This record gives sequence, structure tokens and C-alpha cells, in this order.
Amino acid sequence: MAAGLFDPMKKPILEVQEYLRLIGQFARGLVSRPIYGRDIVEQLDQIGVGSLAVVLLTGTFTGMVLALQSGLTLDRFGVRTEIGGLVSASMVKELGPVLTALIVAGRVGSGIAAELGSMMVTDQVAALRALGTDPIRKLVIPRILAATAMLPVLTVIADAVGVVGGAIISSTQLKVATSVYWNSAVDGLYLDDVWMGLIKPVVLGFVIASIGCHVGLRTKGGTQGVGRATTNSVVIASVAVLAVDFLLTKLLIAVMY
Amino acid sequence: MPVDALIEAQAPPGTLAAGTPAVLFEDVSLAFDDKVVLEHLSFSLMPGTMKVFLGASGAGKSTILRLILGLLRPDAGAIWVHGRRVDQLTEAELMPVRAELGMVFQEGALFDSLTVRENTGYRLFEETRQPIADVDVRVQEVLGFVGLRDYAERMPSDISGGQRRRVAIARALASRPRTLLYDEPTTGLDPITALTVDAEIIKLRDLEHVSSIIVTHQLRDAFYVATHRAVTGEDGTVAIRPAPAGDPDDTRFIMLKDGGIGFEGTAAELRATSDAYLRAFLS
Repeated sequence: MAAGLFDPMKKPILEVQEYLRLIGQFARGLVSRPIYGRDIVEQLDQIGVGSLAVVLLTGTFTGMVLALQSGLTLDRFGVRTEIGGLVSASMVKELGPVLTALIVAGRVGSGIAAELGSMMVTDQVAALRALGTDPIRKLVIPRILAATAMLPVLTVIADAVGVVGGAIISSTQLKVATSVYWNSAVDGLYLDDVWMGLIKPVVLGFVIASIGCHVGLRTKGGTQGVGRATTNSVVIASVAVLAVDFLLTKLLIAVMY
Repeated sequence: MPVDALIEAQAPPGTLAAGTPAVLFEDVSLAFDDKVVLEHLSFSLMPGTMKVFLGASGAGKSTILRLILGLLRPDAGAIWVHGRRVDQLTEAELMPVRAELGMVFQEGALFDSLTVRENTGYRLFEETRQPIADVDVRVQEVLGFVGLRDYAERMPSDISGGQRRRVAIARALASRPRTLLYDEPTTGLDPITALTVDAEIIKLRDLEHVSSIIVTHQLRDAFYVATHRAVTGEDGTVAIRPAPAGDPDDTRFIMLKDGGIGFEGTAAELRATSDAYLRAFLS
């Protein structure tokens, strides 16, 4: 009776156990040889440079719409001139890291799950092992390292273009002088905000890539399985980004402010 | 061979005591959940010989190859590969054992982001410190062996199914393995292309003296491999000829049935069997 009651829990618990095992293998692989340097560089390029265009567009439009919406609200309190501070603080602390992470989860997380999933169902991962290569070192470590390193860089770029986007809207639509906007943008940002905006994407990059790798390496069932893995990766990573962001924000506020 | 003798024979890679099997299964059992795949399976493969595994789908043929490579672990029993007990080794300890094994996967399992050259020399490029020039020489050599020297810079998606299978053989062969494992090497190929793959298998057995295990459904190919020999002519060309009468037959067929061995014998013995199940399988 009790066993039957817990049956639906078995699969999620197994998945968490396997995920933690993957993280353990990743950690062990980081401190021992061999390290596949060329694969790391390749992934830095694919994840970083490959995501640049979409991150630029996302950051710019987010900053612009934030300025438009906030302008209306700030008008009610007669502080339209504070628009720069609001845009910069919102972008750097929250919107930049989270939206960039969500975009990367959609683009990179799904890509990792699809690629590793395809390799699983076509026996390429088994072939790697048969040829003497540890798939964790060859496939997982480069992807997690690259995503962890590149997400902060992409986030800084998204923050920057977002604030610039806000400046464009402020000066053209809200008629706030550019110098007023930038003064407010700089005054509204504190060093702790910048740290928060840099720490979050490091953790989120790790979460996205590790989930993509875990889901990809657990793929079964041919091309249908690859499709399922890709969807699962995006859904799980997106929810995880929002949940981890909340927990991280709470932790960082408690520690830093 | 008793286990004690094998433990004594646990020699560094590259050496193998006389009389030590290349592969030895002792009472191996494996089940996936409630489904028993192998039950008390025992067999041995002596160096330079060939075993052909036949059986219905799901009989555990491919599982045997994965157990040999250490990709799966048995629930019970012992598996020895080149004198080392692989079922007790860690992933890192398995690497030198795998370096002496070559595996040709079903459908080839070529890395689709790498060229034929990179696929073929993968282990040498990635897992050894050999100079790239030396690796390229070896890659050209094995691609020449399977007749694909001109395809080195092609991607796997740009070559045919039969060529992919031959690249997989070249990849398995590149690091000079002592034992080759073939998982359905000719399944899905047309008869003519399948014969070219069969010819490579025969050449490796007869000219390179590589021990091999073939898992297949293709009886025609299995019998062809068992009953033909590779011979080198005076001008150095290699030809595949029917085995002369009285030629020692080192190829043994094993039919898996109900998790164990339903039949073990030569091609002639298999053809002459009166067992109803085997007759149904052969018909």
C-alpha cells in the first residue's frame, strides 16, 4: 500500500539522483585529466558568439519597453526624470540576468539536449565510451563551463543595450534629456546591484547547461525521444531559471544589503 | 581456463599469456527489470578466432558486446577481456581495456560533426599523444584497407550507408585492436554492399588475425564470412575465395535462446542441425 503510494515519486527522485550524480561527475572531471580544451573553446564560441544576436535584440527591446511602461508610472508621481535609474537598476539586477538566461535556456539548453539526445539514440555516446573517451569530460564539461562563463558576458551585453534602448525611448518618446537619463542611470546603480547582476548569470548558466546535458544524456526512444528531451530541457530549465533566480535574489539580498 | 589462471594472466595491455581467451564469459546473468536477458551464459573466444552470435530480436546479442566493452555490467558472473576482469573495473580502469577492442556499432554510430578522417582517427587524435602526421598515415592506411581513401574529407552524411559501415570498421581498426566486435554490421545494406563489408571482416580475420565477435541477423552474411577466406595473390592483391576443403574452421556459431546458448558449432554443423527451432530460424 505504502509502496504503491510512493510509486509516482520514484521517477522524479531518480531524475534528481541522476542529476546530482552528473554534477558530481562534472566536479570530479574538473579537477582531473584529460581536459578537452578545444571542445571548451568551441562551446564558448557556439554558446557565446552564437547567442549574441538574439541577446542584443532581447536586451534592446526589454530596455525600450521598460522605459515606455515605467515612464507612465513615474509621471503619476512627477519623477519622470528618474527613468534612467529605474531602467538601469531593473536591467542590471533582474531583467538582464533573467531574460538572458531564459533566452539562452531556449536556444542553448534545447540545443544541448537535442545534440546529446541525438548522440544517445544513434549510439554515438556509446561509441565515444568504446573509443576510450569519457562523455562527461568530452561533452558535459565543455558545455557547462562554456555556459557558466558566457552567460555573465551575454548578460552584461544585454544590460548595456537595454540601458541604451531605455535612453533612446526616454529622449525620443518621453522627452527626458539624455544627460538627465544617464545621470539618473548611474546614480540609480549601486556596486552591490552590479555584483548581484554578475553572480546570478554564473549560477543560471550552470543550471541551464547542466539541465540540458542531464536531459540529453537520459534520452531514449529514437527521434521522438529527442523531441521530448528538447522540450523537457527548455521547460525544466526555464522554470529552474525563475526558481533559482528567486532563491538567489533572496540569498544575495540577505548577504549583501 | 580456471579463474585463478586468468588472474595470474592479468598482464599489462598488449601481452596475453598463451592459452588465455581473448574474451571469456563465466556464468554471466543480466536482467533489465523483470526481463531476463542472459542467464548463466558461458563461452570463450580464443585469439585469432571468430564467433557469430545469432538469435531472435531481444535475445541479448548486442548486450553481450556491450558487456564486453564494459558499457553494461552483469548482475552475476565474470567477464574477462584479454586477461582482465572487466565487470569489476571502474570507468577509468576500463579505458586501457577498451583501447584493445574495436567496436563496429549498428548503423556505424559515426560522429556526425566530424569528417571521415576525423572519425577514423578519433581515438588516435583525441586519446593518444601520437603526432598528427603519424595519425594521418594510419588513417590513410585503414581507409585504404576499406577502400575509402578518397573519402577522407567527406562528412558522414555525404556518404552511403555501406560506406558509413566501412568507415566504422576503419575507425574500429585504426588503433590496432586485438579483438573486433561487430553489431549487425550488414543489417539494412543491400546484398552487394553487404558483401563488401563481409569482405572487410574476412580480411581482418585472415590477414590481420584479429579475434572477432559478430552479432547478426543476416544468416547469408554470417555463412559467407564463415565459409570464405582472404588470400593475398603474388601481385599483392587480396581476393576472397571459398574456403578450401579441409581448411580448419575457426568460426563458431552460437545461437542464443532463452538467455543461454541453444547451439554452438561450425557453419556445417549449424546447416546440418535437426533442431526444430534452429531449422525455423534458418529457413
